[in-house]
Order: sequence, then structure tokens, then C-alpha cells
Amino acid sequence: MALSREQIAQRVAQELQDGFYVNLGIGIPTLVANYVPDNMEVMLQSENGLLGMGEFPTEETIDADMINAGKQTVTAIKGASIFSSAESFAMIRGGHVDLTVLGAFEVDVNGNIASWMIPNKLVKGMGGAMDLVAGADNIIVTMTHASKTGESKLLSNCSLPLTGKGCIKKVLTDLAWLEIEEGAFILRERAPGVSVEEIIEKTQGKLIVPDHVPEMVFA
Amino acid sequence: MAGFDKVVASYTEAMKGLEDGMTVLAGGFGLCGIPENLIAEIKKKGTKGLTVVSNNCGIDGFGLGILLEDKQIKKMVSSYVGENALFEKQLLNGELEVELTPQGTLAEKMRAGGAGIPAFYTATGVGTPVAEGKETKIFNGREYLMEEAIIGDFSIVKGWKADRYGNVVYRHTAQNFNPLVATAGKITVVEVEEIVEVGELDPTQIHTPGIYVDRVVLGTFEKRIEQRTVKPTK
Repeated sequence: MALSREQIAQRVAQELQDGFYVNLGIGIPTLVANYVPDNMEVMLQSENGLLGMGEFPTEETIDADMINAGKQTVTAIKGASIFSSAESFAMIRGGHVDLTVLGAFEVDVNGNIASWMIPNKLVKGMGGAMDLVAGADNIIVTMTHASKTGESKLLSNCSLPLTGKGCIKKVLTDLAWLEIEEGAFILRERAPGVSVEEIIEKTQGKLIVPDHVPEMVFA
Repeated sequence: MAGFDKVVASYTEAMKGLEDGMTVLAGGFGLCGIPENLIAEIKKKGTKGLTVVSNNCGIDGFGLGILLEDKQIKKMVSSYVGENALFEKQLLNGELEVELTPQGTLAEKMRAGGAGIPAFYTATGVGTPVAEGKETKIFNGREYLMEEAIIGDFSIVKGWKADRYGNVVYRHTAQNFNPLVATAGKITVVEVEEIVEVGELDPTQIHTPGIYVDRVVLGTFEKRIEQRTVKPTK
């Protein structure tokens, strides 16, 4: 069965390491914060200028001057730092963030990503997404494998305007965990109960299927 | 007292010299840390044909959104817009022009503008629509885009505390673009919640040194919240 939003977040959380600085995009990536293992220290970076983002406030501690990149009211953890937008993107662009997780409309076999613009629809902007994909070395893209009408989002060439070129190496969909290497998707893991055949059928770009493709394991 | 005294008595005085067709840089992220009263003063003045550089454009009825009501903005330079219906309408019928700029590039453009650097190279936007018409160059085997700095005729900034010399500190994440905007204006106006005595701010903790600031005005703030999010009560 396809992974739920929570399971996608759980699988991403398995990639966290103790001492990681992590930037989580809006949507499913935000849920990853709920699955940080208890024995691990991870610091969340919010691109509006906060390193060490904490949980949501209470009605008593809510503060209009304390928000995250999704414009939600948040708190700062002990040991957090707050800085300007230029400093924030110096961290991002300078490759200081250990892991970036973000959503996408499409990715392709050359590591291109399209996530911000659908022609002939209202374009609201890229926000910080272009800086994030250009600056980070370790990016996980989370997305559904195919559209509601069954069209693959893992392509030989992105059809939408790009957010970044040649910058994606890891993709987690609701069906599979894939890596991108030398012009192909490599199928590393499949969602529990999802067949290799279904993944092949729903992947338009070149897909390499190793002899053994294990199912994802959830605690 | 003149000298380094930057404090002005009114919002009218604070925005003196703003004219039609000028470029205005505004601090803030969403509705957090926006110079809400300085924006309201621009609305009151009725200045038109403005190019506004700001990460976002407020919402309907608050923040920069109110400048759309009388079509005072000709062009927005932002990373993310359209949280307001009026913005969408004016964009679709061609009354408003938008230049979408990646958030980090936008911040750096203002930082560079204030620091006397006319342009810089960044990997952000390479191979995307943002790169169209821009010069590129290879450094260490990777392609970078040349992005030009931004300097404003007027910079409007929201601080927390300032002294008469124009030294400013910001509160929490209301800092965001404000210190960059403060450096990049030919005239920089800061509105604050509190004006303190010279010497009261710890010199090592000042975010914006007074050299960047031309005018300081004291205000009261609504500080509207865009996404009120609280944790569930147990």
C-alpha cells in the first residue's frame, strides 16, 4: 500500500543523524519534526531567520514576532539563534545545512526539480526553494509518485519550469525510495506491499531495478 | 538637538521626501516585522507609481496590501506573493507588475546594495526562468548567475528599540529582512516600539548601527498574526 503522509515523514526521519542541522519545507516535510528519535539532537533551520525552531506555542506564549517560514507562530528551543534573512541564506547557500527536505511537482533522471510554477496558473513565487536546492548537498524530495490521474512525476525530463538543475539525488515517494545516479532512477526500497511492477509502471524516466528491492521497515 | 539625533516627531515627517515613481524597500516576512505604520503613512500620502521591494506584499487590508487599494504600487519585487485577492486581480489585469526573485537572492541583493557591491554571483536560479537574460560564469566547474544589487530611494524598517542615534535592535524573527533594508536605502526610516536613552543599548548587541539610519519614529503596533498556530491543549 502507498505510504501515508505520516509514513513518508517517518521514512525521512530515518535519514536524520545526531547533530544534523535540518531545513524542512512546508507540507509533508514539516511532519518529519514529529519523528526525530528521542536519543538524537537535531536543530531545525527556518529560512526566515531562526536556527533551533521549537514546537508551536500555547495561547499564553503566542508571540506575533516569533514565526517560521510557513508564517506559523512557533517557539525557539534553548540554544536557538535568530538572525537576518541574509545570514539565513548564507547558511543555506553556503552548504552549512546538513539535510534539506522539500516537496516537488516533478523530478527527472538528471536531478532536475520543478516545484514552484505551473504555466497558465497563478504563480505565487519560489520563496526560498531555489536557494535551498542550489545550496544543499543532501536533499530529500518528498512527493507522490504519480498524479491523481496516474501520470508519472518521475520523468526523463521535467516538463514544468525548473526550481533547480542537477541538484536532486534522493527521492521519497508514496511508493518508493529512489536515488538518482548517472541519468537514471535507482529503486532502493519499496513501500510495504507495493510491487516492483507497479513502481516500474508509474515511473516514466529510466529506472534501474536492482536484483533485490527491500520493503521499507517502520518501527 | 541636531547632530546624531535621528528621532522625528511624526509619521508625516518620517516619510517626507517620498515621491511618485520612487523605489521603496520594506522589511518584514509575511506580516512579521513589517513597518505597518510607515506603510499606512504612504497610503495616507497617496504616493503613486511605486516600485516596492519586499519579500511579500501583505494581505488584503493589512501591510503592503493596503497600497494596492488605490493602485499605488506599479511593481513588486518579491519572492512570494499573492496571499491577497486584490493582488491577484491587479496582476491578472496588468495593473501590477511582479518580479519574482528567490528569497536568498533578494536578501543578498539588498545586503550588496547597502555594502557598495554592485553585483554578485550565485548558483541559485541557474537553469530556471530566473536565469533568463542574465550573465553566467563558471567558477570551479560550477555555473553561477550574476545578480545585481538593489538600492532604494526610501527604506522603511520596523525595529523593536532604537536610541536617538539611530542604533536599532529587532525582536525575535521580526528581524528578517529589516537590517538589510536598513542598509540599502538612500533615506532609511525606522519605526520602533520604544526609544531608549543613548547608551542604554548594549553596543555589542546592536543589529543596525545608527550610521545606516536617517530617521527614527515611535509607533504603536497591531502586529497581526497571519497563521495563528498553537499546540493542542492536553
